[in-house]
Amino acid sequence: MNLTLKVWRQAGPESEGSMQTIEAEGISEDASFLEMLDVVNERIVEEGGDPIHFDHDCREGICGACSLTINGVPHSKQQGITTCQLHMRKFRDGDTIWIEPFRARAFPVMKDLMVDRSSFDRIIAAGGYIDVRTGSAVDANSVPIPKEDADSAFDSAACIGCGACVAACKNASAMLFVGAKASHLNKLPQGQVQKDERVLGMVRQMDAEGFGNCTNQYECEAVCPKEISADVIGKLNRDYVAATVKEAVK
Amino acid sequence: MSNSQSAENGTLDSAIPAGPLPEKWTKFKSKAPLINPANKRKYKVIVVGSGLAGGSAAATLSELGYQVKCFCYQDSPRRAHSIAAQGGINAAKNYQNDGDSVWRLFYDTIKGGDFRSREANVHRLAEVSTNIIDQCVAQGVPFAREYGGLLDNRSFGGAQVSRTFYARGQTGQQLLIGCYQALEKEIAKGGVEMFTRTEMQDVVVVDGHAKGIVVRDLVTGEISSHAADCVILATGGYGNVFFLSTNAMGCNVMAAFQATKRGAYFANPCYTQIHPTCIPVSGDYQSKLTLMSESLRNDGRIWVPKSKEDAAAIREGRKTAADVAEDDRDYYLERKYPSFGNLAPRDIASRSAKEACDDGRGVAKTGLGVFLDFRDAINRLGEDTIRARYGNLFQMYEKITGDDPYSVPMKIYPAVHYTMGGLWVDYNLMSNLKGLHVLGEANFSDHGANRLGASALMQGLADGYFVIPSTLPVYLAKETPGKVTQDSPEFAEAEKAVKDRIDKLMSVKGTKSVDSFHRELGLLVWDKCGMSRTKEGLEEALKRIDEIRKDFWENVRIPGSADGINMELEKAARVADFIDFAEVMCYDALDREESCGGHFREEYQFTEADEEVQSGFTNPGEAKRRDREYCYVAAWENNGPGVAPTLHKEHLEFENVELAVRSYK
Amino acid sequence: MEIREKSGNYCLKFYLHGTRLASGFVRNIKQAMVSLIQPVISFWNSSIGKKILVALSGAFLVFFLIGHLAGNLLVFTGRGALNDYAQFLHEMGHGKGVWIFRIGLLVALVLHIAATVALTRQNRSAKGSQYAHNATMRASRSSKIMIWSGLIVLAFLVFHIFHFTIRVNPELADMADPAQPERHDVWGMVIKGFENPLVSLFYIVALTLLCSHLSHGIASMFQTLGLRTGKTKDASKIIGIALAVALWLGFISIPVAVMTGLLKADSSGYSDTKASVIEAQIAKQ
Ligand SMILES: Cc1cc2nc3c(=O)[nH]c(=O)nc-3n(C[C@H](O)[C@H](O)[C@H](O)COP(=O)(O)OP(=O)(O)OC[C@H]3O[C@@H](n4cnc5c(N)ncnc54)[C@H](O)[C@@H]3O)c2cc1C
Ligand code: HEM
Ligand code: FES
Repeated sequence: MNLTLKVWRQAGPESEGSMQTIEAEGISEDASFLEMLDVVNERIVEEGGDPIHFDHDCREGICGACSLTINGVPHSKQQGITTCQLHMRKFRDGDTIWIEPFRARAFPVMKDLMVDRSSFDRIIAAGGYIDVRTGSAVDANSVPIPKEDADSAFDSAACIGCGACVAACKNASAMLFVGAKASHLNKLPQGQVQKDERVLGMVRQMDAEGFGNCTNQYECEAVCPKEISADVIGKLNRDYVAATVKEAVK
Repeated sequence: MSNSQSAENGTLDSAIPAGPLPEKWTKFKSKAPLINPANKRKYKVIVVGSGLAGGSAAATLSELGYQVKCFCYQDSPRRAHSIAAQGGINAAKNYQNDGDSVWRLFYDTIKGGDFRSREANVHRLAEVSTNIIDQCVAQGVPFAREYGGLLDNRSFGGAQVSRTFYARGQTGQQLLIGCYQALEKEIAKGGVEMFTRTEMQDVVVVDGHAKGIVVRDLVTGEISSHAADCVILATGGYGNVFFLSTNAMGCNVMAAFQATKRGAYFANPCYTQIHPTCIPVSGDYQSKLTLMSESLRNDGRIWVPKSKEDAAAIREGRKTAADVAEDDRDYYLERKYPSFGNLAPRDIASRSAKEACDDGRGVAKTGLGVFLDFRDAINRLGEDTIRARYGNLFQMYEKITGDDPYSVPMKIYPAVHYTMGGLWVDYNLMSNLKGLHVLGEANFSDHGANRLGASALMQGLADGYFVIPSTLPVYLAKETPGKVTQDSPEFAEAEKAVKDRIDKLMSVKGTKSVDSFHRELGLLVWDKCGMSRTKEGLEEALKRIDEIRKDFWENVRIPGSADGINMELEKAARVADFIDFAEVMCYDALDREESCGGHFREEYQFTEADEEVQSGFTNPGEAKRRDREYCYVAAWENNGPGVAPTLHKEHLEFENVELAVRSYK
Repeated sequence: MEIREKSGNYCLKFYLHGTRLASGFVRNIKQAMVSLIQPVISFWNSSIGKKILVALSGAFLVFFLIGHLAGNLLVFTGRGALNDYAQFLHEMGHGKGVWIFRIGLLVALVLHIAATVALTRQNRSAKGSQYAHNATMRASRSSKIMIWSGLIVLAFLVFHIFHFTIRVNPELADMADPAQPERHDVWGMVIKGFENPLVSLFYIVALTLLCSHLSHGIASMFQTLGLRTGKTKDASKIIGIALAVALWLGFISIPVAVMTGLLKADSSGYSDTKASVIEAQIAKQ
C-alpha cells in the first residue's frame, strides 16, 4: 500500500519543529506501524537523510516506550493497543497519516517524535512504592488478600507508563497514571502504612512537574493501551482529600 | 582462523565453598566477610542495567548503604526487557503441598540445563527462590491468588509440580515494576544516582581490576567515565545477535562484549534457547518476533500436512487447513513423543518444527511455520472455556496476524528467546576480571545448556536481591574505598578509545543501512548457529562473519552527527559488537562436539545404531551429550576480531546428581 | 541586701518568664495559624484541591438553582404565590437571611470562578503546544466548552442581577403588587421583563449554555468528589444529564410561556381561591 505521512520533525529540544510530508510506498499490510517507519527510515538513510527518530523497544506492547500520536490520537484510534501493536492493515491504501509526538509541557520533545517522560519516574520516586527493605519480608502467604482485591490491584498495576493518558488529555493531566499507581498500592494491605504519604507525595510531584488538571473528559481512559479505568482518578481524589485532612489535623 | 586455541583451566577458580551441597550457601553467609555500615557508605558501586537483576541489585545495595550509580539505555529503568516476561517465576514454596522442595527445584533446574551448570549455584538459586516471592509480595506485586486469598501456582514447562507464581500474562512486568519502585525509592533517598538513556561503551580496568566504565549519553552524545570500587553488569542477553528474536529492539551484547576486550571471559555463548511458540515471520520488513505463552500447547495440537503438495497448496493460498483431511495431517509431536505429545520440551518442540519445515511441509507463506490447532479443544471444551483460558493470547495473535484463531488454526514457529551463555562468573558472581560482577541473563551461571521455563526471572532476582549483597563484600572488603578515581590515566585512555571507535563508525560514510547488516548477520547466525549446527556450517559462518565485518566497516552509513541523539549510531555500535560476538559464538559451537540443551550438533544425535534407541529408551534424532569429553564450561578469552579466541575450561563436578540421558518417550 | 537581690532576681525571672510566655503565646498563635492555614493554602495550590472546590461550589450552585427554579415556577400559580414567596425570602431571618444567602452564593460563585479560571489557565499552559491534527475519542462537546459556557453564564448572571434583583430599569423597579401595594410585584416584573424578546432570547441562550455546562458538570462533580465508581458511573452520567435538562426546561418554560402568551401581565394573576383569600384578609383588617 502507498501512504502519505505527515510527520513532526524537530532537530533537538531547543529547535523549532514542523510537519514534514513523506511518501511511504510499497508498504506491506502485515507490517506493524513501527516496521512501516523502519522501512521509511531505511530509505531515508540510504538517500542520505536523517531518519525519523522515535522511542520504541519491546515492540510487543509492554515496555511503554513507543509513543506516537497517530491522526490526533495517542497510539491511534484502535483501542487497547500501543503504537507498536498497530498493524498497517488497519489503514487503507492512499491514506494520509498524521504522526506527532506525545504533546505535553511536562514531556518536552527531544527529537522528532521522542519525548522526555522522566517526570513519571520522579512521580513514582515521590511515593509510588512500598518501602520494604530487601530480606525483611514475612512469608508471602502470611497475609491473605481477597482475590477480588488482588485482581483489582492488578488492573491498576497493568499501567506501562507510556504517557498516552497525558498526551490525549487536552490539559496534559497525569491523573490516570498517578491514580493507577495509587490504586494499585492503596488497594493492598501492604500498601496501607504509607497510603497518605504516597498520595500526597505523588500528587504534589505531579503538580510540580507541570501536568494539568483532570476535567473528567476520560480521553485518557479511551486511549490507555491497558484500558485502565478512570475510576482510579475518583479514588485518587477521595484519597487525596482524606490524606489532606489527616495531615492538617495531625 | 578456524582452529581455536585451548588452555586448560587453573586460571578459572569457581570459588565454590566447601561442604555438603545443601549447606554451602548457609555456611558461606555465616563466614563471608562483612563491611560495617559506616564503611559501606564509602564504597561506590556501578550497576549497569536496571532490569530484574540490575534494578534489584542497585536498590538493595543502596539500602545497605553503598553509594550506587545505575545505568540503562532506555528512558526509564522501568522499561528494561525483563518487563516482557509473560509466564511466571518458579519458587520452591510448596504452597500446593504437591511434594515440591528446594531439592526438587534444584534437580529440575540442573536436569533442565542438561547437566551443564554448576551444582552449587543452582542449589543456591533454589534456596533463595522462596525469599524472592516473599520480597515481591511485600512490595505489592499482585500475583494471582485463589479465592481463599492465598497465592496461586501453576505448573509450567512440563514440571511435575505447581511451583510457578504468576501475575496474569505479565509476570515479568509486575516483578520489574516492584523492583523499579524499590529503585525509585532509593533514588529519592539519594542512595542511587540513576543515569537513563546512557549506554555503557567500555569497562575501565586499573591494575587488573574493573574500576569504572565509559558511557555515552544518548541524548547529548557526550562520552564520559565513572569511577567506582567495583562494577556490576546486569545488561541482559544477546539474543539480538539473531536480528529477529523475542528480545526488545535495544537488547545488546555491547557491555558484556566490551568487557571481554578488557579480559573478562565469555562462557558458553553457543547455548541459546529457542522458544517453540512464536508468531512466524511474515515478511522481510519484520523487526522482531512475538512470543506466545507456552501454555497454548496445553490445548493446542501441533501439526503440518503429511504431504508436501498439501503444504505448498496452503502456502500459496489454494487450500486452507480445513481442506486437509484428518488422515492427511501429521501431528508430529504426538507421533514422535507419545507420552509428552504437544508438551515436549522447548528444544525438542522447536527442532521438530524446523525438521517439518525443512522437509517442505511448512504452512506459513514463508514456508516457516506449523499449525497450532484448537479445533479439537474447542469441540471438546467449548469456545467459552477456550476463551477463558486463552482469550488474551488469541486476541494478541489476531491483532498481529489478522487471523482469528477460533476459526483457523494459529501458525507458529520457533524463535530465539533466551541466551544461557554469558560472562563467566564464580560463585560470588565475579568474573575472572577482578571487581567485575555479572548478574542476570548477562552471566552464564545457572541455566547450563538450557533454561527451564520460569527460571530466568528467578535467577535475575536471586542474583540482585539476595546473592550479590552477600557476595560483593568478598571482593570489596579487600579493597580500600575510593582507591581509584577518574584521575587515573586509564579513564582518559578508555574514553579516548570509545571516542575513536565512534569517530571511526561515523567516518565510514558508506551506503548501506545498519539494519541491513544486522539482518544479514542475523540470518546467517540463525541458519548456521541456530536450532541445529554442523561443523561445515559453522566454519562457513566464520568465514562469512569476517566478510560481513569488512563490508560493515567499509559500507555502513550513519547519517547525522555523534553529538546528540542518533539512533543509527546507537544501532551501529551494537551491531559492530554483535558481529564480533557472533564469531565467538560460532567458535564455541564448533568446539562443543556434542548436542546438549540449546546446542544441537547434527553430527551428535542418537541413531538406530545406539543402544538407547534399540532399547526403546530414546528416539533416533535425539540430542546426544558426550559427558566424558564436554562436561565443562567453555570460557572464551577474546583475542580481537578475526582472531580465534582462547578456550578456558571449567570442569563441572557433579557430586549430588547423576548425569542422566533425557528420555521423552 | 540579700533579700533585695533575691527579690530582684525574682523580678527579673518573672519578667523574663512573662516575656517568654508572651512571646511563646504569640509564637504559638502564629504556629497555630500557620499550621491551620498551611494545609488550606497547599490544598488550594494543588490541582486536586482546586478541583474539589470547583465541585463543591458547583454543587452549591446547582442546589441553589434547584431551589431558585422551584420558586420561579410559582410564577405559573399566579401573582400572589410568587410575590408571597419573594416577600418570604426578603423577610426571612429579619431580613438578614437573604443577605446570608446572597453572600454564600457570592462566595461560592467567586470560588468557582477563581478556581476554574486558574485551572483553565494552568491547563492551557500544561499542554503547551497543540496537535496539528486534533482528534478526540470520548470527550463530549459540552466538556470542551466549559469555560465559555461558564463565562457566558456569568455575563448573563450579571445582567440578570441588574435586571431582576437590582432592577436598574425604573419601569421594573416601580411595579407594585396591586393587592399589597407596599410590596414589589415580582410576578408582574418577570412577565414584563420577558415580554422583551431580546431579554428572553438572551435568557434562553444563557440557560441553554448552562444546561450544557451542567450536563458535563454534574456528572463530573461525582468524579471529582470521588463518588464515581464502576457502579455509580452510569447513574452519575444519567443524573447529570437529567438534572441539566430538567433545569433547562424549567427555567426556559417561563420566557417561553411569556413569549407564547401563556402568561400575560394583564390577567390579575390571582387564582380565584387565592383572590378570595386575599379579599377575606382585607376584609378582616
Ligand atoms: C518475551 C520474553 C518472555 C520471557 N518470559 C519469561 C518467563 O515467563 N519466565 C522467566 O523466568 N523468564 C522469562 N524470560 C526471560 C527473562 O525475562 C530474562 O532473562 C530476564 O528478565 C533478564 O533480566 P536481566 O535483568 O538480566 O536483563 P534485562 O531485563 O534485559 O535488563 C538489561 C538492562 O541492561 C541495560 N543495558 C543493556 N546494555 C546496556 C549498555 N550497554 N549500557 C547501559 N545499559 C545497558 C538495559 O537498559 C536494561 O536496563 C522471557 C524473556 C522474553 C524475551
Ligand atoms: C450557576 C452557575 C454555575 C453552576 C451551577 C456551575 C456548576 C458547575 C459544576 C457542577 C461543575 C463541575 C465541577 C467538577 O468538575 O467537579 C462546574 C465546572 C466548571 N465551571 Fe461551573 N457552574 C456555574 C457557573 C460557572 C461560571 C460563572 C464559570 C465561569 C468561569 C464556570 C466555569 C466552570 C468551569 C471552567 C468548569 C470546569 C471545571 C472542570 O471541568 O474541571 N462555571 N460548574
Ligand atoms: S515498544 Fe514497548 S510498548 Fe511499544
